[in-house]
Amino acid sequence: MTFFRSSRTVLLLLALAGASTVVRSQQPAPSTPPPQQQSDVRIEITNESGQPPKYAVPDFVAASSDADTIAATKIVGEVLWNDLDFEREFYLIPRDTYGSIPPAKSITDVPFDRWKELGADGLVIGSVQKTPDGNMRVVVRLFSVRSQQSVFSREYTGPASNPRFFAHTISDEIHQNQRALRGVARTRLTFSSDRDRERVTNTVENRQVKEVYISDYDGANQRRVTVNRTLNITPTWSPDGRSIAYTSYRRGFPDIFISLIFEGTLQNPTASKGQNWLPAWSPDGTQIAFTSNRDGNAELYVMNRDGSNVRRVTNNPAIDTTPTWSPTGQQIAFTSDRSGGPQVYVMGADGLNIRRISTDSNCDRATWSPAPFNELAFVCRTGGGNDIKVYDFERTEMRQITNGEGSNESPAYSPNGKHIAFTSTRSGKTQIYTVGRDGKGIRQVTKVGNNFFPDWSR
Amino acid sequence: MNRWLSLRAAVVLLVVVGAVACGKKQPPIARPIPPPPPVSTPVTPPPEPPPPAPTEPTPAPAPVAVPEDSIASRSLDEINKNSPLKPVFFGLDQSEIDQAGQQALANNADLLKRYPTWLISIEGHCDERGTAEYNLALGERRAVAARNYLVSLGISADRVKTVSYGKEFPFDPGHSEDAWSKNRRAHFVVTAK
Repeated sequence: MTFFRSSRTVLLLLALAGASTVVRSQQPAPSTPPPQQQSDVRIEITNESGQPPKYAVPDFVAASSDADTIAATKIVGEVLWNDLDFEREFYLIPRDTYGSIPPAKSITDVPFDRWKELGADGLVIGSVQKTPDGNMRVVVRLFSVRSQQSVFSREYTGPASNPRFFAHTISDEIHQNQRALRGVARTRLTFSSDRDRERVTNTVENRQVKEVYISDYDGANQRRVTVNRTLNITPTWSPDGRSIAYTSYRRGFPDIFISLIFEGTLQNPTASKGQNWLPAWSPDGTQIAFTSNRDGNAELYVMNRDGSNVRRVTNNPAIDTTPTWSPTGQQIAFTSDRSGGPQVYVMGADGLNIRRISTDSNCDRATWSPAPFNELAFVCRTGGGNDIKVYDFERTEMRQITNGEGSNESPAYSPNGKHIAFTSTRSGKTQIYTVGRDGKGIRQVTKVGNNFFPDWSR
Repeated sequence: MNRWLSLRAAVVLLVVVGAVACGKKQPPIARPIPPPPPVSTPVTPPPEPPPPAPTEPTPAPAPVAVPEDSIASRSLDEINKNSPLKPVFFGLDQSEIDQAGQQALANNADLLKRYPTWLISIEGHCDERGTAEYNLALGERRAVAARNYLVSLGISADRVKTVSYGKEFPFDPGHSEDAWSKNRRAHFVVTAK
């Protein structure tokens, strides 16, 4: 799954001088996206009136004339605009207002006065070229329009098959460089979908299967993971992004399976011990919390990821289910109906010190935010349907993310904590959306069939 | 002829003695108890023949449905398509079995006693108002409640599996109370016969 040999650019004084020379150091192909480069001298582009800086991302220039490169060039510019817009760290000037500004033919020929007129603080320009060996090379610069200096300069070479990934990488690196923020453009979602319209076998009822899918964070590149024509639900990424644990009915009852998606192998750590569902990875990926009826009713358990060392962590005749780990792995939030209806509780990962968090009627299915935020997103029944609410531990207060547009469920945080993926019936069918943790910037991710149980890769 | 008889008597005697002797060497073997005589066995002479038929002709009795035969001859799919096992319905967020549910389960227990080879699966289902994740546990509790009631009526727990489908497989896809009330159920499926 490696897309790039990342060509690292040393900025420093060269970039400060606006030099067009790029010093590159080729690195061997990493198995995961390379770590963020920390040694850049950061020159932050700001807005003079204190607003978020305004960025313009015009079409990149195709430096090769073949149709594939021209198409890829178009994609890189569009996707990069979208990626940069997603984090809402910058104000992205709409692309349909760039019309009369001529594209920069070279680094030294940028019509800065025109971009300044348009109000841009930052300008991203780039070129896409086909290399002699058939790969794709993308060169990108981020300019401060005011100083006309290049503050960020990179060059990437990789397979031409997925131009979107070039844009995602550029976006993540600009966010890191300009905002010290871990962007999510290269993260992925997993979810369940009934889009295949296949019938469950061995039943006289007309029942649709649900299979596990993965996609890019923005819904592109959707791919099916499971193929067993039963219910495959509640998928969740392992923290290393190499496995998906989920609940599957492939043996006729719910049990936990782990698909190692790159190896193409399958594990069943809870085999033959009651019925087991809703796996939740510990933050370090070594343990899985889950629900099981092995002792007679729904209780929470924790096991090592290979199924060993199972510990029961709740003991109550009520339902205890939907575990989620705190970012440190010290605590687990869960749902219990021990007080009557379902409510959200928190306890130590050892099952001690249980305390109730939610107070509205029927609050359920919490997910713990990653640092630096410390909050729980969960689902509360509000009138006709459900809405997503968030409890902030620091402020000890609740806020509402969705407000009655359809029924909304299954919140899942992005790895930087700034976004929540969830399902909503607002368009009729059940689809996956993403929204900012402030409830703004909603985007629809899926459109085919019904889609459920989103989870965001770490 | 006489020798024949005495020989047979001797053989019978030997067999009986042998059986008794063997019985003394070994602990008694549990044998099926012979069925008690039918309660309705007449000890009195058969009743008198019915009085002569009345003059006006009686309509021929309608053929009585024989459910045993028609069910037993059906395939599993045919049984489950029009199941003689009745579903149990639940209140919102509830898993208690109400009076109607108890009647349905009594009916189902009778059927399971009549067909002692049948194995069943009880599916727990929920309406769409709870979350999909929570409903997996609620459906499980409904299915288990129905199984426990069947077991209390004398059905062996070995014959009854449970599985929760939460709100994944609604019977009525609507979004009204009418649909929801149909979807909050324990649903019975014959899995072997």
